[in-house]
Amino acid sequence: MTVTELLVIALVAAGTFFGLVAVVGIIRLPDLYTRAHATSKSDTLGILLTLGGVALVFGADIAVAKTAILGLFLFVTNPTAAHAITRAAYDQDITPWTKDDAAPRATEGEE
Amino acid sequence: MVASGLVDAVLLGAAGAFVLFAVVLVYRIVAGPTMQDRVIAVNAIGTNAVVVLALLAAALDQPGFLDVALVYGMLNFLMSIAISKFTVERGGVI
Repeated sequence: MTVTELLVIALVAAGTFFGLVAVVGIIRLPDLYTRAHATSKSDTLGILLTLGGVALVFGADIAVAKTAILGLFLFVTNPTAAHAITRAAYDQDITPWTKDDAAPRATEGEE
Repeated sequence: MVASGLVDAVLLGAAGAFVLFAVVLVYRIVAGPTMQDRVIAVNAIGTNAVVVLALLAAALDQPGFLDVALVYGMLNFLMSIAISKFTVERGGVI
């Protein structure tokens, strides 16, 4: 096993881990704004790590340039899309989640 | 190409994991509760699909899949921007 193969496996495994973190965030977090935070940060990092692994697999090829363009594009657009959606939600008066919203839910869990 | 059997297996396994993540995200589309939650979940599924396409391009040695991934990423971004722009009355999102 060469160093490149080890790097590819490490990068893809790390990217998959951050993808899992993003999914857990979107499913478990309490409101729209916290979910957008999970998808725009964890998901972008996972994508970049995974695409880095893919670029290493291709070695020296035109496909590396395509992978780099893809990564750069997603790096710019993924947080932008999340920002646009949350800003549209804020304009429509969807109130952010606060600690006060968590209090009754916590007592429900204890009963 | 430096791909050996183990690297290919890891890439395919990661692609399967991302498909599984996309299936789990369908729960957020169904549950909502607001329309923007669903848009964010669809956006995340789209980015997962882009990553799956890139991983398959590397694992199966098909660089053409990367072009498909690029176009899919652009359409995904346009979808999010269009929905967030046209659901606001004045349209001043960006």
